[in-house]
Amino acid sequence: MHMRRSAAALLLVASGLAGCGGGDGGSNSLTYYIADAAQEDVATRCATESGGAYAFNIQRLPNTAAGGREQLLRRLAAEDRSMDIVSVDPPFMAEFANAGFLRPFTNAERQEFSDGILAGPLEQSTFRDTLYSAPLYGNTQLLWYRKSVLQKAGVDPAAGPVTWDQLIEGATKAGVTVAAQGRRNESLMVWVNALIASAGGSILAEGSENLPSDQVKGGIDTEAGAEAARIMHDLAVSPAAPAGFSTAGEEDSRAAFQEADGGFMVNWPYVWAAMDSAIEEGSLPANFKDDVGWTTYPRVAAGTEAASPSGGLGLSISSFSRKQELAVEATRCLASAQSQKEFMLTAGNPAALGAVFDDPEVREKFPMAEEIRTGLDAATPRPVSPYYGDVTGVIQTAFHPPDALSPDTTPRAANSLLEDVLRNKRLI
Amino acid sequence: MSTTIPAAPPQKVAEAGKTTRFRLTDRARKERNLGWMLAGPAFFVMVAVTGYPILNALWLSMFDYRLTDPAGRDFIGLGNYLTILTDGLFWRQFGVTSLITVVTVSVELVLGFGLAMVMHRALYLRTALRTAILVPYGIITVVSAYAWAYAFSNTYGFVNGIFGLGEFDWFGGTWSALAAVCVAEIWKTTPFMSLLLLAGLAQIPDDYLEAAKVDGATAWQRVKRVILPNMKAAIMVALLFRTLDAFRVFDTVFIMTAGSQNTETLSFLAYRQTISRVMVGLGSAVSVILAILVVLIAVMFVKVFKTDLSQQRGDRK
Repeated sequence: MHMRRSAAALLLVASGLAGCGGGDGGSNSLTYYIADAAQEDVATRCATESGGAYAFNIQRLPNTAAGGREQLLRRLAAEDRSMDIVSVDPPFMAEFANAGFLRPFTNAERQEFSDGILAGPLEQSTFRDTLYSAPLYGNTQLLWYRKSVLQKAGVDPAAGPVTWDQLIEGATKAGVTVAAQGRRNESLMVWVNALIASAGGSILAEGSENLPSDQVKGGIDTEAGAEAARIMHDLAVSPAAPAGFSTAGEEDSRAAFQEADGGFMVNWPYVWAAMDSAIEEGSLPANFKDDVGWTTYPRVAAGTEAASPSGGLGLSISSFSRKQELAVEATRCLASAQSQKEFMLTAGNPAALGAVFDDPEVREKFPMAEEIRTGLDAATPRPVSPYYGDVTGVIQTAFHPPDALSPDTTPRAANSLLEDVLRNKRLI
Repeated sequence: MSTTIPAAPPQKVAEAGKTTRFRLTDRARKERNLGWMLAGPAFFVMVAVTGYPILNALWLSMFDYRLTDPAGRDFIGLGNYLTILTDGLFWRQFGVTSLITVVTVSVELVLGFGLAMVMHRALYLRTALRTAILVPYGIITVVSAYAWAYAFSNTYGFVNGIFGLGEFDWFGGTWSALAAVCVAEIWKTTPFMSLLLLAGLAQIPDDYLEAAKVDGATAWQRVKRVILPNMKAAIMVALLFRTLDAFRVFDTVFIMTAGSQNTETLSFLAYRQTISRVMVGLGSAVSVILAILVVLIAVMFVKVFKTDLSQQRGDRK
């Protein structure tokens, strides 16, 4: 009994050790950290097509943006040589690149990987004029609405981008909800950034992006910051806010939109495919999507530009990988037009390559393909900063809960918190 | 079970004109050597794996050091401690942590005592009952936190349904969110408390209770005058263990609220600085402060409340 137990313990230890160094596998095996299950299918096809030139050891990152960032950061900071290709959420790329964790693409590779990529995804893959990520997909939020409530709400998306105030007022009048992400996580940052950008401002003052942390200036204590705080507060306290507004993430927003009193929602295009699944499961009526319309992301005021949020995923090569050239070769397939199309069809995430949107299959599955492409071209990335982790942490602290915000105090408080945190004077 | 080495009686050497000293007999010395040989390797491994990180954390806490910016590493002495102790956030989270600790530990003490009595007195299905009571403690904290987060959810949870609260958002306000966190914590760790109390309860000789009964003591008087005084040691140890645990609460808060609505605890503060912000120096300083607080709590229990840890091991003389 004792013997057997210690033998089992030894085996456990041995397998644990193998797990640590095991990423290496064969000499042509690349460890690929994926953020979305659909990346694995693409990887399998690429490995087969390579004719044995490379194979993948797939590792899955945590589901949340913050969780994925923390795992990558921890491993890269420890110079984990078993990582080859990593899936990086664009806003976190600058932080990794600045620390020297990512292998910069050469000029020739840059040409290749940025050819035909839409403006939004390309901008967020570049840091200090160097390409660090090959965009796999781009993402942007749209305004989704129930066609049946438009008239009652007095909102007409056909007449051009609607404003947040119109939405709140119209939804209140029609007795329906406006679903947005008030939860304290990265999605709140997405919303704040879109509001401030649409009001003509930016979270970091211009020129701050390349400064050391103790010289970075915030751009929140401005008219734009005040507008953002006002709109978030107004929506949160209005009858148009769905229940649990301050804890609602993307999926909660979709649930609220699918309720009987759902009216409007800002969300990523994956919801379209997700509604299909809900219809298949029987939790939504079969004709539900007939009532669903979409348009450009709302703007702050009639005279301003709508600043659609920008998301997506890029593939980067770890600086500590011992198979960097092979990893670049594999990335050519992983991020190819065909891969992006497959990925868009299975995962519902929009391609970063403009040409994919002209594909008939994509057109059929995504009737809003044109709006997404326009959105991606005009999308406003979150601040590109080596200290992005702190920036988003501060925004999530200072702009939450939305119903407690005030245009008079929030912007100043947020701005000083941002600058103090970056100067190591305060905690978040 | 515990084979403590009998303290060797001082040898009578006074007549030899030497000062009285504790001298070990040969047997005791050999036993001590054997003890070192048996426990020594484990002791040194423990020192290596716990001592080194502790010293390293102390050292790192003196630096302004961001993992993604190794070049910007600066020695700032006690600067990090100053930043932390002068920041309102630290004190607010200290308050939240203390509140969670006091509320959960006191409720757990009362509930745990009740459950211990039930387990002690049960005549039928004793094993099944004890197992059932211990089930929550066997569940991983993260899992139980998810279960309670779903239970309190305003869209698919059952709590609002049972109490007719409609779409009340438990996690939308500080107090309701803290209440939900406390419920999850209490549910999870009350069994631990009751287990420790059951051990104390089992140590009270039945004669005492019978004598009290014969003397006409009511049930309440028996609890107050016989059971509780005789369990004092067990209660103090249970309180100490749970307080130390509760003060480091992290998982439940992380899963249920992710720290929003001002529900962050001190462990959360350490997590955010170290893991999210990779400010290794600042995070180490928070951890050191947290460790000092935990030691202070332990010292308070042992010195002020005179908790005798040996009681729990059944080493009473």
